[in-house]
Amino acid sequence: MGEASAPPTGNLWYRIDHALRPWRRANPMARWLVIIGLLITGLFAFLALFPNLVAPYGESQYQYVVGGTEDPEDLDVRCGTEAECEQVPRRIEPSKGFPFGTTAARFDVFSRVVHGARVAFSIVLLSTALAMGIGVPLGLFSGYRGGKLDRVLVTLMDAVYVIPPLLLAIIVAFVLQAYFDPGLASAAVAVGVVYVPQYYRVIRNHTLSVKEEPFVEAARSMGAKPRTIITRYVFFNVVQSVPVIFTLNAADAVLTLAGLGFLGYGVPFPRAEWGLDVSQALSDVVSGFWWTAFFPGLATMLLVAGLTLVGEGLNDIVNPLLRVRGFRGRVARRALPAASGAAASEPGPAPSEGTDTSTPGGIR
Amino acid sequence: MVATRARSGSLRAYVLGRLAFAPVFLFLLLTLLFLLLRVMPGDPVAAALGDRVSAEQLDARREAAGINDPILVQYGRYMGGVLQGDLGTPVTDPRSVSRIVIDRFPATFELTMFAMLLAVGIGVLAGAVGARFRDGPLDVGGRLFAILIYAAPVFWLGILAQLLFANRWGLLPTGNRMSARISYEAPTGFYLLDGFLTRDWTFLWTAFQHLLMPGLTLGLVISGVFIRMVRVNMLQTLRSDYVEAAHARGIGGRRVLFRHAFKNALVPVVTIMGLQFALLLGGAILTETTFSWPGLGTALVGFINRRDYVAVQGIVTFFAIMVVSVSLLIDIINGLLDPRVRY
Repeated sequence: MGEASAPPTGNLWYRIDHALRPWRRANPMARWLVIIGLLITGLFAFLALFPNLVAPYGESQYQYVVGGTEDPEDLDVRCGTEAECEQVPRRIEPSKGFPFGTTAARFDVFSRVVHGARVAFSIVLLSTALAMGIGVPLGLFSGYRGGKLDRVLVTLMDAVYVIPPLLLAIIVAFVLQAYFDPGLASAAVAVGVVYVPQYYRVIRNHTLSVKEEPFVEAARSMGAKPRTIITRYVFFNVVQSVPVIFTLNAADAVLTLAGLGFLGYGVPFPRAEWGLDVSQALSDVVSGFWWTAFFPGLATMLLVAGLTLVGEGLNDIVNPLLRVRGFRGRVARRALPAASGAAASEPGPAPSEGTDTSTPGGIR
Repeated sequence: MVATRARSGSLRAYVLGRLAFAPVFLFLLLTLLFLLLRVMPGDPVAAALGDRVSAEQLDARREAAGINDPILVQYGRYMGGVLQGDLGTPVTDPRSVSRIVIDRFPATFELTMFAMLLAVGIGVLAGAVGARFRDGPLDVGGRLFAILIYAAPVFWLGILAQLLFANRWGLLPTGNRMSARISYEAPTGFYLLDGFLTRDWTFLWTAFQHLLMPGLTLGLVISGVFIRMVRVNMLQTLRSDYVEAAHARGIGGRRVLFRHAFKNALVPVVTIMGLQFALLLGGAILTETTFSWPGLGTALVGFINRRDYVAVQGIVTFFAIMVVSVSLLIDIINGLLDPRVRY
């Protein structure tokens, strides 16, 4: 490896090289996990972006034009009751034309699965944006300010955190339906609320340790305002832990959404949501129609596994404690970046911030 | 639960601190839940009963449920009720919530306990083996299994199990806790225990058959968490100074693994176990729904579907109490096991 002999200059190549160093030093298995995870996630991201390129039918389409499939979007409109339209056959096995079979309600399972990727991604992105948007600023503020307010916020967040995630999502969805019609937005809020405490905790703990650093001290002694210190000095040091939490939480969010959908409190029916589709298939089990439940569930599992692989692999790479063995391992530990230091400095029983798994997992 | 920390490192101060903090925390949590569930537009009685009863009846029910009182009075009554073990009376069910909890809790507990034991067994075994033969085929296989099984939605695995074991092979019942054809006595409500107590072996066997599929499904899914936890903790422990010191003193590899590393690696697992247990007591909702398991989860789903706010609040309150109690217990156990925690 030529990394040691790289010129210590500020040129771009050196910087990239330096940034990729943990990646190259990482265990080959960790690298493979990330690559496989990225491939799976990428595949679903593609489906989410361009569902109509892949799916032969629309999201909730049960009729099609005989002999032509031009634009799947407006087929529903053109069909109506006209003679040239044919219905998707009811409950047929996976076969040519309907690779994943069809449901009792005459939907093509394959198309539903493909469109479901879009719903899953939208919810994950929306809910994470919400969780980050609340959790990160609150964590920064609370960690930097300290004192009574910090105490209160920590306790409040802990109170939210101890509620089982799915239960919390159900309660929020239940309350929201009194105000709004259920839809993408309310499902995203229900899922997002669950993850606010996790962002808050990690950011707050990290801020606590960063604010003691000499450079923050220096900025303070030079008379920088707290606002400047937080936004210019603390933020960029703290924000590095967000991507890892994000990938791990995203996996969890997909499962929470599927759980909500399965119980019927998630995205409402005409939308293709995997959990909802599995719940629609519950009655098929008795008659042995396996495909209506199998494929949406499989898609959920694959996407969650893909996101988990990325998250775990990143965690392994960013947090080198477990990376190198023997002597090199000890060196690496001494030179450990603050990533795991923040978690370790919180001695209370807060195991969710442990090195590897930050999965709360109470959604079963 | 973090917040309070005992000043000195003594065990007694630590335990007392926790004991004092738990009720405060619970109070806060319940207030939060009350605010979330009670401060809603419309009134819960009308939402639950709708047009099925006359206006006078609605008024009477409202009066009985105390919906007409100011919100602070309701809050006071709710907290007072919780202190006396009264979780309220549902709008759509003549039984009190406490009664429903007593009726349904054994089913949830039995399922959770079974799944938990299975998951811990698999997790400790696979995790320890994975850490010992790091990056070998067993480790890679174990990790992949852990990730995939954890990624699988539990209801989906349950449906697949139903398709195979109940539908195709007819080996196990599809759902529920007991077959309708069997008459039985269940003094405690924990069917496996009752089977032993009454020496009714057919009953015990049927109960076990019914428990097997939901228990296995849930247990397998949560075993993923344990495999990962145990593996990581083992790896960290194997790298620690005292293990290295043990090796240096010439103690054999196997002995170090079991006597020195294993026990310490399991300390965090206790925490995870407790947390998972607390979560499952309120969170086995999906498994229960999939297998029509008559536990608290299905009860909660039923009340939510009937929009019975009062009952939902009561059951959620029970969950909150359970979660806080179990966390308190874990904190204390951790304090006993690991002196570092006390500071």
